[in-house]
Amino acid sequence: MEKKKIKELLKVKNLKTHFMIEKQKAKAVDGLDFNVFEGEFFGIVGESGSGKSVTALSILRLIPDPPGKISSGKIFFRNKDLLNLPWEEMRKIRGNEISMIFQEPMTSLNPVFTVGVQIMEPMMIHRNMNKKEAREEAIKMLEKVGIPSPELRVDDYPHQFSGGMRQRAMIAIALSCNPSLLIADEPTTALDVTVQAQILELMTEIKNKRKESAIILITHDLSVIAETCDRVMVMYCGKIQEIAGTIKLFENPLHPYTVGLMDSIPSLIKKKKRLNAIPGNVPGILNFPTGCPFHPRCKHKMPVCEKVVPELLEIEKGHLVRCHLYAKEGKSR
Amino acid sequence: MTQFKKAGLNILEEKKKLLRVNGKEKNTLLEVKNLKTYFPVLGGVLRKVIGHVKAVDDVSFSINKGEVFGLVGETGCGKSTIGKTLVRILTPTAGDIFYYDDAALVNGNNQKIKIALSKLNRRELMPYRCKIQMIFQDPYSSLNPRFTVGDIIEEPLIVHRGKKKENKDIVKDLLRKVGMSEEHIYRYPHEFSGGQRQRVGIARALSTNPELIIADEPVSSLDVSIQAQVINLMQDLQDEFKVTYIFISHDLSVVRHIAHRIAVMYLGYIMEMGPAEEIYNNPLHPYTKVLLSAVPKGNPRIKAKKQPPKGEVPSYLHKPSGCCFHPRCPIAKDICKREDPLFEEKEKGVSVKCHFPGKY
Repeated sequence: MEKKKIKELLKVKNLKTHFMIEKQKAKAVDGLDFNVFEGEFFGIVGESGSGKSVTALSILRLIPDPPGKISSGKIFFRNKDLLNLPWEEMRKIRGNEISMIFQEPMTSLNPVFTVGVQIMEPMMIHRNMNKKEAREEAIKMLEKVGIPSPELRVDDYPHQFSGGMRQRAMIAIALSCNPSLLIADEPTTALDVTVQAQILELMTEIKNKRKESAIILITHDLSVIAETCDRVMVMYCGKIQEIAGTIKLFENPLHPYTVGLMDSIPSLIKKKKRLNAIPGNVPGILNFPTGCPFHPRCKHKMPVCEKVVPELLEIEKGHLVRCHLYAKEGKSR
Repeated sequence: MTQFKKAGLNILEEKKKLLRVNGKEKNTLLEVKNLKTYFPVLGGVLRKVIGHVKAVDDVSFSINKGEVFGLVGETGCGKSTIGKTLVRILTPTAGDIFYYDDAALVNGNNQKIKIALSKLNRRELMPYRCKIQMIFQDPYSSLNPRFTVGDIIEEPLIVHRGKKKENKDIVKDLLRKVGMSEEHIYRYPHEFSGGQRQRVGIARALSTNPELIIADEPVSSLDVSIQAQVINLMQDLQDEFKVTYIFISHDLSVVRHIAHRIAVMYLGYIMEMGPAEEIYNNPLHPYTKVLLSAVPKGNPRIKAKKQPPKGEVPSYLHKPSGCCFHPRCPIAKDICKREDPLFEEKEKGVSVKCHFPGKY
């Protein structure tokens, strides 16, 4: 019943994105399966090098080729097969139906154009507006994202904006064409907590206003996820390790990696005596461990973990985990 | 070990660079009084000084032996400038930094003295340079890429004690203590991950056996799991080496975890200072409250009512009149625009710079 109500917006099937580095194959994203529904705030969390950003770039087909290549898999967006779309069609989707907020607002805005021009650009391309209309719309967008006196600020260059304001301008650009899917790649990482709170609030507000659209938030910070997302996917070494609803994940984390991540974070509410750090380092992309990629750092390591890659198992409805510990309980998907 | 002969001691005392210690200051290690660090702003055709960026403005605090003192605040609030001024990378514009030297050799006797670091010249400063060390934020740019790890850690030893054979053993020992292995001594920084490089930075800071380590955002460029490892390491090393930390960070949760006392900074001023527990549980200054409410709580069930401050941080060149927080303060009254509140102790060792502490 419920499934019919909530429509699927994005469906990723067995996505594999590989890079050729020094004649070796680096499996940055290795067999991803997930979907994002309409009206959802979907989080992807993982440490650096876990393949979060590559996932986002793959969806938009922005992987630099060479050295990168989407070697297999399917991405459906509103039942359109993105990976087989001709380039022209793809350009019509980028910035229009799917748009992206990049990590560093300092480097992703063009320093030689005014902020206004950069917000107008996608509207003039995708919405066939003329300059005057686009400018009016740009001022409206700036006001929406909370920039004071937008009619003056629209003619400012990016360097005249502060870090928080640049990120707001980025959001304005991303939202200018009313995208159905907004991908935010670490939108608050370079910002202060106060500005982060403002930006996250703005994004939540945007999501609540537009029911048919969805946001994918990519971050390394679990507490940001807790604040905003409805559903979370935990990634490690290019693979999904766990997917669950946010509340379920935080109250009943199953994968040892998820548990480790949560224990690593110092809490603001309760003072912990000592942090339970995960030992060891994130493996380099060219030498991912065999079997379960997390086994060299895992507390619950078993002999089987070194040899066999665990399958993604469904423990409860909507709670999937990739770990041998749950081999008996879960059903294979 | 710093040695003073009577003549040298007298000269230093005359110039007010050295003070005798009274009984009260038994546990103090460092005392900062009305410290100001200004940067001149040049302008016009003749590059004249047209103003000052008051990065640190009238800051006073003292640090006890063995404690972790946390300095928190948003980007550009002056916390790193304080750190750099304390190690005298930057020269203070005004104010004093007193360092309490427990075991200065005065005429052959151990004696506790108080040294005004801010007034010493380069040569006089040398013996204190090795007692105060720094860990830098970015482990990628703070290690010389052309030095091996061994050279990096050994360099402070050579500067302060000369080239000696046993240096190699000290370096190996330090590497083991920070959780790396001896064979890393001949490797170069680029061969290591961020967390390992930060460990090298920590080993370098520890090499001269310092009493005070200023850690400037030591974990903010690391991944979550590595961050926890480095924090644990820093706590372990504190127990082992009995060092005192000044922990500078923008991450309030990390500071809460590690610090005993904290100071919250805004626009170059300390707005609130006191025991960490007090400040986190019962913040008196509206800015502290606003700052704490903005931190994600890490629990999806507690989606806190956020009250992020209105607007942006004002420019340093045009600091607001009166209390510098008044344009963004939710409870600002007329008096806040006119008068700069004093930084006073209010309750339970908490000092606040606010006209209406605890009213918000």
